[in-house]
Amino acid sequence: MTQQTSTIGESTDAAPPPVYKTSRFKTAMRELKKAPLSAKFGLLIIILYVIAALFAPVFAPFGESEIVGTEYEPWGDKFFLGTDNLGRDMLSRLLYGARNTVGIAFVTTLFAFLIGGVAGIFAAILGGWADQVLSRAIDILMAIPQLIFALLLLTIFGTSIPVLIGIIAVLDSTRVFRLARSVSLNVVVMDYVEVARLRGERLGWITIKEVLPNIMPPLVAEFGLRFCFVFLLISGLSFLGLGLQPPTADWGSMVRDNATLITYGDITPLLPAAAIALLTVGTNFVVDWFLHKTSGLK
Amino acid sequence: MTTEEKTDSELLLEIKGLRIEGQTDDVWVQIVKGVDVTLNRGEILGLIGESGAGKSTIGLAAMGYAQPGCRISAGEIFFDGVDLRDLRHRERRAMRGIKIAYVAQSAAASFNPAHKLIDQFSETPVQHGVNTREEADADGIDLFTRLQMPNPDTIGFRYPHQVSGGQLQRAMTAMALSCRPDLIIFDEPTTALDVTTQIEVLVTIRDIVEQFNTAAIYITHDLAVVAQMADKITVLRYGEVVEEAATRLMLSDPQENYTKSLWAVRSFRKTADVPDLEPVPLCKVENVDAAYGDVPVLHDITFEIHKGYTVAIVGESGSGKSTAARVITGLLPPKQGQVFYKGEALPPDYRRRTKDQLRQVQMIYQMADTALNPRQRIRDIIGRPLTFYLGMKGKKKEARIRELLNMIELEPNDFIGRFPGELSGGQKQRLCIARALAAEPEFIICDEVTSALDQLVAEGILRLLDRLQQELSLAYMFITHDLATVRAIADRVIVMLQGKIVEQGSKLSVFSPPHHEYTELLLSSVPEMDPDWLDRTLEERKHLSIKSAGQ
Amino acid sequence: MGKILKLIGQRLAIGLLVLWIVSLIIFAGLEFLPGDLAQEILGQSATPESLAAFRKELGLDQPMHTRYLGWLGGALKGDFGVSLANQREISELIGIRFANTIFLAVLAAIISVPIALTLGILAALYRNSLYDRMVNILTLSSISFPEFFIAYILIYIFSVNLDIFPSLANVSADTPLWERIYTCLLPALTLTLVVVAHMMRMTRASIINLLASPYIEMANLKGMKKARVILYHALPNALAPIINVVAINLAYLIVGVVIVEVVFVYPGLGQLIVDSVQKRDMPVVQACSLIFAGTYVLLNLTADILSIITNPRMLYPK
Repeated sequence: MTQQTSTIGESTDAAPPPVYKTSRFKTAMRELKKAPLSAKFGLLIIILYVIAALFAPVFAPFGESEIVGTEYEPWGDKFFLGTDNLGRDMLSRLLYGARNTVGIAFVTTLFAFLIGGVAGIFAAILGGWADQVLSRAIDILMAIPQLIFALLLLTIFGTSIPVLIGIIAVLDSTRVFRLARSVSLNVVVMDYVEVARLRGERLGWITIKEVLPNIMPPLVAEFGLRFCFVFLLISGLSFLGLGLQPPTADWGSMVRDNATLITYGDITPLLPAAAIALLTVGTNFVVDWFLHKTSGLK
Repeated sequence: MTTEEKTDSELLLEIKGLRIEGQTDDVWVQIVKGVDVTLNRGEILGLIGESGAGKSTIGLAAMGYAQPGCRISAGEIFFDGVDLRDLRHRERRAMRGIKIAYVAQSAAASFNPAHKLIDQFSETPVQHGVNTREEADADGIDLFTRLQMPNPDTIGFRYPHQVSGGQLQRAMTAMALSCRPDLIIFDEPTTALDVTTQIEVLVTIRDIVEQFNTAAIYITHDLAVVAQMADKITVLRYGEVVEEAATRLMLSDPQENYTKSLWAVRSFRKTADVPDLEPVPLCKVENVDAAYGDVPVLHDITFEIHKGYTVAIVGESGSGKSTAARVITGLLPPKQGQVFYKGEALPPDYRRRTKDQLRQVQMIYQMADTALNPRQRIRDIIGRPLTFYLGMKGKKKEARIRELLNMIELEPNDFIGRFPGELSGGQKQRLCIARALAAEPEFIICDEVTSALDQLVAEGILRLLDRLQQELSLAYMFITHDLATVRAIADRVIVMLQGKIVEQGSKLSVFSPPHHEYTELLLSSVPEMDPDWLDRTLEERKHLSIKSAGQ
Repeated sequence: MGKILKLIGQRLAIGLLVLWIVSLIIFAGLEFLPGDLAQEILGQSATPESLAAFRKELGLDQPMHTRYLGWLGGALKGDFGVSLANQREISELIGIRFANTIFLAVLAAIISVPIALTLGILAALYRNSLYDRMVNILTLSSISFPEFFIAYILIYIFSVNLDIFPSLANVSADTPLWERIYTCLLPALTLTLVVVAHMMRMTRASIINLLASPYIEMANLKGMKKARVILYHALPNALAPIINVVAINLAYLIVGVVIVEVVFVYPGLGQLIVDSVQKRDMPVVQACSLIFAGTYVLLNLTADILSIITNPRMLYPK
């Protein structure tokens, strides 16, 4: 009797169409094929930059801070993109710059996510006073404009690479905290989290098994955006002479060091700036597509 | 209403071969697949179907309107002899509001928060040049009066957020009437309301449609409601017409199997006798007061739930019935009073309870969708409590998972590796039941477990719960606002109003007179499938009010 | 009306509290310096006696809270002490530069706000059209460009090749207004390009969000003309989000000005703070930070209050 009624019951209760059981890789490739041109372009750029960063010593004709010619040599066979204000090869420094600037921005973003992400999820799950204290502290940190705060802290702690990474990571983690907290709040109110709490699960399980898998898409998108932001901020600081210090090759300071050339109609100093812009454009295109995919429409 | 003679039977709306497509993932999918509808002047057509049947989409199409992301791809929509699809955009717009008006499901969201009600009422006649502003305002006050809104002279000068949901729904009906249209589309106008409010709105809609001889399309998923309102009914499923007939005929003699199955829904009754009362109740709530912050929600609640019993807690939204569940599970520690389990006091906060205390009280939720982690497979969802509470691992655990899947009538080989997103609504709810059973509890709290499901599916869930209760002698605390569900499954009933228990007892004693005043109101507000129910209820209430006025 | 005043009062109080804590943080910065102010000024070679004497003169022998109160009191009166680099009164250094920075930011705002709002609203109204997609790609690119890249491209085009604008924005106190605008046009344009993209995207998003509301659909179903739907139904509800977008971006302008000022060697507060950071001239950095942070907090506060008073739910309580 129960068997029979249940079949009637199921008859109006259509399950969604079966999901094709293909590997994740295949699904990703299929999605990629459908992706708009801008996203493909962005991916290509990211891949090229990663290759450049990883294999900079292989591709670069000269050393990172090796003085190989006279100052401001024009483009030519020996120095493909000429030399800089100290007579170092521009192309080599551009390639090494990918490694330094992109690498440091990436590491900084990772730290920012580690700090802000964990704190944000905890704040959402714990709620109550823990959430209040964290959120208010973050509000106040965010009330100071980021660049100004960075300048203030750099004055105090000096400008070495670990300090730079630390300061920017902490400052940027405030933004990550806000996002992680707000997307986690949407998940934390879900009944399945309540089920886990009532089962007696610990904070670690709830964070890793229940909340984290469900907030990955917005976090991944935010990672792209934060990376762009951190990358631009560090480049900006370097441009101001307060970021990566010489003789490290870095795109921001390369623009600054050679800026005088522009007034003579030479676009060489624009190249590192363009390198910065290209990567952020590419990343933004990919993130835009990803957001579009994961949020349905926007 | 169906008894009244329709003097005018001229054809008003004729939809032929309507096809509508919706866009998902850059692909156009048909959501309405060739539907025909005809409607005469002054007639009310009920469009009925479960979620996803395409009834709202058809309703909007009758205005020549497709929502963003949808398009009308084929068919003809003759309104008063003109095909709306042939008209220019401007001409179609000129008909909306004047000839055809729309009443939306959520009045609170459909009124513009920035303007007063009367401004929004008068907008249609004034902008379309039907009335001057003064005439329109006066007419608005007149309609508000006829719709029995409180303070009709002044209520229009309020902003939407200053007016209650039931009043807003009436105001929206008034707004639809502002140009005395030939046709009004009512899109689930009472779904968001409590039953006691619903009955009042139903009466006003029906009276007003009668007064102005307006034709209407009444869209709902509630059979009993449509039985009161419509002259004829069209049953929809998956964007196609299943069956259409005059209301009485359709109710008494449905032809199609699907329609019959819809009609048969409310037939389930729990059959088994109640077990003997054990001396110590499984769960006892004693003199509990609870509050959210400073807002008191529960006042001095006391009740018991015995092994093998189903206790239904009934009340409208805000009555505190779900809060009672939160107190028992320990999510909301009470301000006063205690919860006992098998005679032992439970710590008020769930975080202070032992694993075994947590294991013994399990919960099933209204929305199975949000109660299942979409990123976990069925194996992990059911497997976790087995490992967590009972320490099961490996083959033993796998075997138990399969056994549980069999208990809830899902084929283990087919389902064990799926994600919740690959299940239907009913299957998800079954999965939630399996997860609760995995903990091997004696007591399960069911919070509105069937109210998000289509009726047939809900029926299947109720039968499953009933069978499991008999096999495992479980006790259920069944929270619901739906009295039909209570009738079907409860042994004992607790009626709640504004955080207090107004009446409790066996199902028989609560459901048979004499009732407590509120129980009476609640019971009599639930629409029945009988098309005469609304008239009869109104008649009875009139008597009652005369009687109470006499006292 | 009482409720709304109370809300505004609350926001004001919170804003003041935030400003106070910000001042604490900025002041505390000095305490973390290795050595102290006296050491910084006199250098490593100073004798302990002269250090002690100088400390006394600067008031460094006082306990921290006394010094904080002194500093804050001074700052409130516009007295930030003296610069370490050149011993000049900081207030003197800052005054004219702050005015210059504000001038540049206001100029950029006057150009960018109308453009951004128009483009954003149009993009929202013609969503998914070719125009919308083009604008999306353009603005995405534009927000991806570092400010100095845009600045140098503009310099390369307008001052090096076309030679119509100067590449250095050199203004002084007695520069007449029109000349001032002319010299500031390239920096203002740079800021505009950066900020328009942000503002436009945010405007578009909030308008699209608004147009998806059921009451907009209702207005359409009432047969209202498109213009009326937009002006009467959407606009009053769009004010709050738009004000928010504008305020956020104005705040951004004030800060984003730093790099642009350096590129164009514009005598503003940004230039000053960067110079002072390089010289580790702490009192000046503190003063500039406090002014930047204060402006930022005030703008956000204004946005907050404006969005309260444009919200009908707040204006007409139950």
